[in-house]
Amino acid sequence: MKRKDLLGLKDISAEEIDEILSTAKEMKKILDQNVKKTPHLQGKNVTTLFYENSTRTRMSFETAAKIMGANTFNISAASSSVQKGETLIDTGHTLDALLTDVAVIRHNRSGAPHLLAKNVKMSVINGGDGMNEHPTQALLDMFTMREKFGTLKGLKVVIAGDAKHSRVARSNIWGLTKMGAEVILAAPKTLLPLDVESMGVGTSPDLDKVLDGANVLMGLRLQLERMQAGLFPSVREYSQYYGISPARIARADSSVMIMHPGPINRGLELTSDAADCEDSYITTQVTNGIAVRMAVLFLLTRKAL
Amino acid sequence: MSILIKNGNVVTGGEIRIADVYIEGSKIAAVGECPDVAADSVIDADGLFVMPGFVDMHCHLRDPGQEYKEDIDSGTRAALNGGFTAVACMPNTVPPVDNPALVKYIIDRAAEVDNCRVYPIGCITKGQAGKELAEMGLMKQAGAVAFSDDGCPVSDGNTMRLALEYASTFDALIISHCEDKSLAAGGVVNEGVNSTIAGLRGITRAAEESMVARDICIAAALKTKVHIAHVSTAGSVRLIRDAKKHGIEVTCETCPHYISATDDEILSFNTYAKINPPLRTEEDVAAVIEGLRDGTIDVIATDHAPHHADEKNVEFDYAPFGTSGFETAFSVCYTYLVEEGHIDLARLVQLMSARPASILGVPGGEIKAGAFADIAIADLGEEVVVDSSKFVSKGKNSVFNGWKLKGAVKTVIVDGKVKEI
Repeated sequence: MKRKDLLGLKDISAEEIDEILSTAKEMKKILDQNVKKTPHLQGKNVTTLFYENSTRTRMSFETAAKIMGANTFNISAASSSVQKGETLIDTGHTLDALLTDVAVIRHNRSGAPHLLAKNVKMSVINGGDGMNEHPTQALLDMFTMREKFGTLKGLKVVIAGDAKHSRVARSNIWGLTKMGAEVILAAPKTLLPLDVESMGVGTSPDLDKVLDGANVLMGLRLQLERMQAGLFPSVREYSQYYGISPARIARADSSVMIMHPGPINRGLELTSDAADCEDSYITTQVTNGIAVRMAVLFLLTRKAL
Repeated sequence: MSILIKNGNVVTGGEIRIADVYIEGSKIAAVGECPDVAADSVIDADGLFVMPGFVDMHCHLRDPGQEYKEDIDSGTRAALNGGFTAVACMPNTVPPVDNPALVKYIIDRAAEVDNCRVYPIGCITKGQAGKELAEMGLMKQAGAVAFSDDGCPVSDGNTMRLALEYASTFDALIISHCEDKSLAAGGVVNEGVNSTIAGLRGITRAAEESMVARDICIAAALKTKVHIAHVSTAGSVRLIRDAKKHGIEVTCETCPHYISATDDEILSFNTYAKINPPLRTEEDVAAVIEGLRDGTIDVIATDHAPHHADEKNVEFDYAPFGTSGFETAFSVCYTYLVEEGHIDLARLVQLMSARPASILGVPGGEIKAGAFADIAIADLGEEVVVDSSKFVSKGKNSVFNGWKLKGAVKTVIVDGKVKEI
């Protein structure tokens, strides 16, 4: 992989995705060791720059960077110069001047990582931007699927829920379709992005109709603000039609994986039985996230050597 | 002071013919063969096109209040650079032009800088708040040529009804910025494939079209005229075509970017392509061009919307809407409308001069004896690569930056005086 930044899976090739996933497989071996440490990132400065709250993504990147020996730094918009009105580009210049090698940015506005990357020397990893992309989440989802099925080609992946506002859905759509999987989005029309079929996915307002033969059933986090904004009428109605339950799991392929990017709303996107069932890979996803982020950090910084 | 423009291709009244144009003082004295005239200066226009100066009925000069974006001097010099000899500026300044004193300020300031003619547009409602009517009568008396709450659509239907009705008392023109803000729902780009791909909030075309429909219906019911600003969708073109067919007194304009650019421009999160109404799709571009071709669309206006680099160099959602338009308008339209064979040059020139002048009720748009000597001379063979950093306008925010265009304005004359461009 020869690139400065990882901004999304839209502009990345299947070969590059394969390289990241294969590298992550090697990285995962390190996670299974008694001493979880490698020197891949020794002498590198990795900063997480978060304009939006996050626990798992930030912790995951930080864990990955620390395992590989990097110096890690955290900046939250809430407690930084951003509060004093510093622009994103100026913050980027400051990080460059502070000898940052990699910045992981999480931002509530689509395209913010692209703006940053264009204006700085350091590598930029998109840790989630607005409704646009969350590439490392999709990579860890794909890694987890590949770990179980051996390949992504031909898998039927059903993503249930708010695809319209979901960066996880968008990155998964780009990544999975490039790797030859079939992706179907199931949601009420108000939560499906307009013309999303042109991105090469199927859509269905009826989740039950697309469960047959599904290898992966992924729930997306539903923000309750969407209900206040009138996109769906009630939690009860939503979970009735789109909630992942044991009954729905039983209708999918017998090998089905239950996935969710977290954090989950129990009883909304997934019933508790579904979240905790043996087909659930939700915690595996989190661990695999470390391996995938180690791979991405390694591949981006290796270029500079 | 007299000027002789020799041997140019004179474009006027829908025709092009080789002729000399003789200017005496502020007026055109003669058009035709003028071999024996002893002029103070002679412009050799052999191979060039001599057109009436363009009249822009929709621009933002940002003065008073936002002079860091543009001011009346820089804005009108930029207008001259684009071949415009008269511009009508929108009232969404700080404070908004909602009273005769501010109308007078703009007229006085424009006279002071003495670049091109400037016609102020006044607010429809006080403070552009969409509630109480502004003093349209007094503003018209002070020199306002039209009224608009551009940027802040008049959301309340009854307020618009009263505005159209009251304006007709003074035979004043209302220019409606059609956007149902509730339908636009905080969107930043056209809603469609590209908003889905980029994860940017979309503005449904229905936000524009439903208000176009509303204003047409009000104008029809009250038998008043109305002018629709910056038409950008196929649906709006259809609605206006149908209204005209039924004799409703509606006129409209579109802008150079709606006949040349699509929302593909936003896929790279280029904030210069963040414009309101948003850049649409190829089908819309084709429909707007067809509207220009068949006469549904009356005018090409720039919607020149200069912004400071610091404002545009931010996250897409945070950047203000608008593209700096004066200095590329003619080249864009010549390249995408005339070179592409959709309309001829004579028609383009009418869309950019005679039609807006007549809708606003101001002079301009003709090269004939007795008319004001407002003239733009262009070399249509010249290729230009747009470098917006070189704009005279303070607003370097051009969606056309880097585009290769044809046709360049070489000389501009206003009121019989050759202007520096």
